[in-house]
Amino acid sequence: MSKDLFKNRYQVIRIIIASFALIFILRLFYLQVISTKYVALANNNAIKELDVYPTRGMIYDRKGELIVFNEAIYDLMVTPFETKKAKGFDTLKMCELLSISKEEVLDRFEKMKKQKGYIRIPNVFAKQLSLKDYSRLQEYMYLFPGFYGQVRTIRKYPHRVAATILGDIGEVDDKQIETSKGYYKPGDYVGKSGIEKVYEKELGGKRGKKFSFFDVNGRDVGSFGSGEFDTLAISGDNVIATLDIKLQEYAEKLMQNKKGSLVAIEPETGEILALVSSPGYDPNLLCGSVRGKNFNALLTDSLLPLYSRPTLATYPPGSSFKPIVALIALHEGVQGVNYGYPCNQAYNAGGVIVHCSHAHPSPTNIQYALAQSCNPYFCQTFRNSLEKNPGMSTTQSYDKWVKICNSFGLGVKTGIDLPSEVRGNIPTVNYFNKIYGEGRWKFATIISLGIGQGEVLTTPLQMANIFACISNKGYWHTPHIVKKITDPVTNKDVTHQYEKHIALIDKQHFDPVIEGLFQVVEMGTARAARVEGITLCGKTGTAQNPHGDNHSMFAGFAPKDDAKIAISVVVENGGYGATYAAPIASLIVEKYLNDTIATKRLDLEKRMVETNLLHKYGVKTNKSAGMNAEGEE
Amino acid sequence: MARKQESLTGKIDWLTVILYAMLAVFGWFIIYSASAGGTEKSIFDSTIPSGKQFQWMIACVVVAFIILLLSSRLYVTLSYPIFIFVLLLVISVMFIGVSINHQKNWIRLGSFTMQPSEFAKFGVSLALAKFMSGLNVDIRKWKDKWKAFSVIAIPMGIVLIQGDAGSAIVFLALSLVLFREGLESYFLIIGASVVVLGIFALIISKYILAGVLLALAIIIIYFSRRNKKLIWYLLGIWILASGYIFSVDYAFKKMKPHQQDRINVLLGKQVQEGKDWNIKQSIIAIGSGGFIGKGYLQGTQTKLKFVPEQSTDFIFSSLGEEFGFLGSAFIILLFVALFFRLLYLAERQRSKFSRVYGYCVACILFFHFLVNVGMVIGVAPVIGIPLPFISYGGSALLSFTVLLFIFIRLDTQRYDMMR
Repeated sequence: MSKDLFKNRYQVIRIIIASFALIFILRLFYLQVISTKYVALANNNAIKELDVYPTRGMIYDRKGELIVFNEAIYDLMVTPFETKKAKGFDTLKMCELLSISKEEVLDRFEKMKKQKGYIRIPNVFAKQLSLKDYSRLQEYMYLFPGFYGQVRTIRKYPHRVAATILGDIGEVDDKQIETSKGYYKPGDYVGKSGIEKVYEKELGGKRGKKFSFFDVNGRDVGSFGSGEFDTLAISGDNVIATLDIKLQEYAEKLMQNKKGSLVAIEPETGEILALVSSPGYDPNLLCGSVRGKNFNALLTDSLLPLYSRPTLATYPPGSSFKPIVALIALHEGVQGVNYGYPCNQAYNAGGVIVHCSHAHPSPTNIQYALAQSCNPYFCQTFRNSLEKNPGMSTTQSYDKWVKICNSFGLGVKTGIDLPSEVRGNIPTVNYFNKIYGEGRWKFATIISLGIGQGEVLTTPLQMANIFACISNKGYWHTPHIVKKITDPVTNKDVTHQYEKHIALIDKQHFDPVIEGLFQVVEMGTARAARVEGITLCGKTGTAQNPHGDNHSMFAGFAPKDDAKIAISVVVENGGYGATYAAPIASLIVEKYLNDTIATKRLDLEKRMVETNLLHKYGVKTNKSAGMNAEGEE
Repeated sequence: MARKQESLTGKIDWLTVILYAMLAVFGWFIIYSASAGGTEKSIFDSTIPSGKQFQWMIACVVVAFIILLLSSRLYVTLSYPIFIFVLLLVISVMFIGVSINHQKNWIRLGSFTMQPSEFAKFGVSLALAKFMSGLNVDIRKWKDKWKAFSVIAIPMGIVLIQGDAGSAIVFLALSLVLFREGLESYFLIIGASVVVLGIFALIISKYILAGVLLALAIIIIYFSRRNKKLIWYLLGIWILASGYIFSVDYAFKKMKPHQQDRINVLLGKQVQEGKDWNIKQSIIAIGSGGFIGKGYLQGTQTKLKFVPEQSTDFIFSSLGEEFGFLGSAFIILLFVALFFRLLYLAERQRSKFSRVYGYCVACILFFHFLVNVGMVIGVAPVIGIPLPFISYGGSALLSFTVLLFIFIRLDTQRYDMMR
C-alpha cells in the first residue's frame, strides 16, 4: 500500500534527515528563544550571592584592656562528589587526626545526606577546629581529596571572668530569624546574653554581599562582574565597658566557692566597676565546638552558674535597708536626728516581738542606731513614718514611703544595660489592701519592713545602687556596663547618656545617715571591715533565710566624702553580714582605692579567698571549674 | 605523476572537504572554550584537550592525504580483510582492552589509546558495500537479506556484549542503507512502529494502549467496508503489537539501572535526585544561551563544569550556550548540508560499491548526529556517543576522517567503471 510513497528512496532518506533537523531546530528555538526560565536557572546555578561576615567588635575594659577578641578557627568542609571522584580518602588517617572512630566518620557523611543536593556542595565535616588541630590536619590534606578548611572566628575571653556581664554568642534561634525580617539566617551567630546580646547591633556590624561564580563542585572561582555588585561588610564597633577587669578578677577570686553576688558601682556616673555572680564560669567554656556540651552541663548544675544573681536574685535586704528607713523618717520630719529610743533587746509591735541581734546600749541618735543596727529603734522609726506624718493616714504615709523607695530604684528596674533584670519588691498599698482588706492593716502588720525583712526584696544591684545614691546625697545614674562605643575605622566614639535619677529626699538628711554608716564600720557591726586610711561607710545585713543559714550581706561606699566606689555583697548562707560580706566588700574597696591590700589585712584576704561554703549547698566541688574550653585537654 | 596529482585535486569534492574542515575547526574552538575557557592557557597547549585535539587534527590531515593518494581499488580489494581485522580488533578488546570511564572498550597503543568500535564502523561499511556490490545480490531476497544483516549484526552484537550500547546503536543506521538498496518498506515501518509503540508503552498504561490500537483497527476495518482479508491482517498485527507492548515492560526491567534512568529522564518520569543531572544541566546551559548566545568563551554553565563530559559527548551544550540559537542552528544546517552533499555524491556514483559505501558514511554520521544532539537537547535518551568532527576525542575524529575520506577518494573515481 505504501510502496509508491517510498519509491524514491533517496528522497525518503533526505526527508528523514531534514525532518529530524527541523525537530532539533524547533526544539532549540523553544529552549533558547521562547523559554526564558533557563537564563535564570543558569544564573542560580553559577552565580551565588554570598554573605561576607563582618568582624565582630571587640570589648575593652574601662582602662583599655582587651577583654574579648576574636580567634580564628577552622571548619573542615567536604564536597562528597569530589571525594567520590577521587575514589575516597584516607579514612584511617582522618580518624587518627581528629581522634574519632570510623563509624563516626560514616555517621557524619550519613547526616549530610539530609540536605538536598549535598553531594555537590561543601558540607561541614568537622566544626571549629583549633589552629593547632587544623595545622596538623593540613600536613595530610593531600590524603583527603574533596576536603578543605574554612576559616571562621570564635570569641576569646583572655581573662576568663565576667561571664555574666560579657555574655556569649551562639547560633541564632528561629524566633530571632523571624523578627529580623530576613537579616539573620540559620547558622548565624548572635549574642545570647550579657553585652554580646544587648549590644548585638553595635558589635555585630553589617553583613556585606559578594556575588561569585561557583563551579559545579561549589568552589568559588572568582567574583561576578569584577565585584561591582558587591557590598563591603562593615566591622562591628568596639565596646568600651565600664568594667575594671582587674577588680573583677579580684572580686571573682574572693567570691569563689561561695554562692552570691558582688556589685561595685562608681557613684558619680553609675558605671559598673565589677559585677560578680558566683559561682561563675569561664566564658571560654561556651565558645567553639564545646559550647553545646558545656552549656548543657552548666544548665543542669545545681549551683546555677548561668543564673545572673546580681540582677535576678532577690533577697530581703535585712539591716542594709535601715539607712533608707532612716532617711525617709528624717525627710518626712517624723523624727529628728537625735531621736532616741530605748532598746531592751525586743520590740513589741502589737504582739509581734522583734528582737535585737545583739546587746548594746540604747541609741540616743540615728547614727548610733545605725552603727549598732538596732532593730527596735528602726521598728519605731518605721512606725513614726507611718503614724506621725501630720495630716496623713497610715495608708497615705505608707504610699509616700513606697514612692520614696521607688525613687531610690527599689521595687523598680534600675534600667541596667544587661539582658535581664527583676524589679525586686517594695509592697504597695494595694498589695496590703488585697491581703488584709482596706483599712484593716497598720504599722504592726507590716513592721518587718522597717528592718528590711518581710515582703521587701532587693537585688544586689539595687543595693549597690542605693548606696551609690546615698553617697551622692540624693541622686543616682542608671547603672550601666558600657561606657562608650567606638567605630574601629573612623575611631569615632558614641557615648550613651544615662539618665540621672533624683531620690525624693532632701540633701541635708544624708549627712547624719552617712555619718551613721561610717560609724558602722569604724566601731559598729562591720568593724571587721575597717580599713586603715579609708573612710568606708556601709551597713551589714543578715537576711533571714527560711531555707537554711542566713545570707551574709553588706552594702556601702568609700571614701565617705567623695565616694569613688559603692558596693554590695551577698554571700548566701554566710550567716552574719560581718562574717563574709563586709570583709569581702572592704577588700574590694581597698583594692580599688589603694590598688594593694595592706600587709596586716593579707590574712583576712587569704581567709576570704579560701572560704569554701559549697558544702552548705550540698555539693563538693564547683563543676564548671573542672570543665574544658575549646582546645583544652 | 604531476599530471595525475593535478587531476586528482580537480576531482576531489571540495565542498565536502570544506564542510568537514569547518565542523572540525569549529569543534576545536568549542573544545577550547569548554575545557579551558577563561584560563591563561593557549588553545595549542597540549596539556589541555584543545591542544591534543589540534595534534589529532594534524594527524587527520596526514591520514586524509594518505587515503587520497592510495589507489581507490585498494579499499574495494581489501574490504573483507579490513572487516575481519576490525572484527578481531573489537573482539580483542575483551582480552587486552583497558577501562576508561568504566567502559572496557579501549586499546592502548604505546602512549595513546583508541576505541576499536570506532573503526568497526568503516570496516563494516566497506564489507557491506563489497557484499551489496556483488553480482546478483538482491536485498529483496531473503538469502541475501540474512547475509547483509549478519555483516551488520555480528560486530554490533560484539560491541553490545562489551556494554557499549551507544556504539552498537549506530550500526542500526546501516538499515537505512539497505532501505536505499531496495529493502522492503515494511522493515522501516515496523522499525518506526517498534520505537513509537515502545515509547508509548513506557509512558501510558499498557491496557489503554492496547485498547486504543484495537479501536484504531476497528475504525480502519469499518471504513474499508469489511474487507475480510484485511480484518485478519489487522487482527494479527494487533495481537503482535499487544504482545510487544507487554514485553516492553519486561525488557525495560531487564535493562541496566542507569539505562532505565536515562529513559525515564527522557520520558519526564520522576527519577532519583541527581540522576537527571546531566541532561538538566545541559538543557539549562543551552537554554541560557538565548538567541545570539553569551559569546565565545563567555559560557558560565559549561565553563564552571556544570555540564559533565562537556568537551566530549555534551559539547553541543557549550555551543548552544556560547553561540545561542543562531550558532546551534547554523551547526545543524552545516551537518544537514554535509549529509545532503554525501547523499548527492553517493547517488551520482556509477559503481554500486561506492554508492553503498557513500550511503553508509552519510547514515553513520547522521545517526551520530541524531543520537548525540537529540540527547543534549533532551529529546533522546542519554547515549554516550560523540558528535562527529566536533566532540573532543582523537580516535573518534580519526575514524570519522578515515570513513569520510575513503568515500571522497572513491568519489574521485566515479567515472571509472568498477564493480
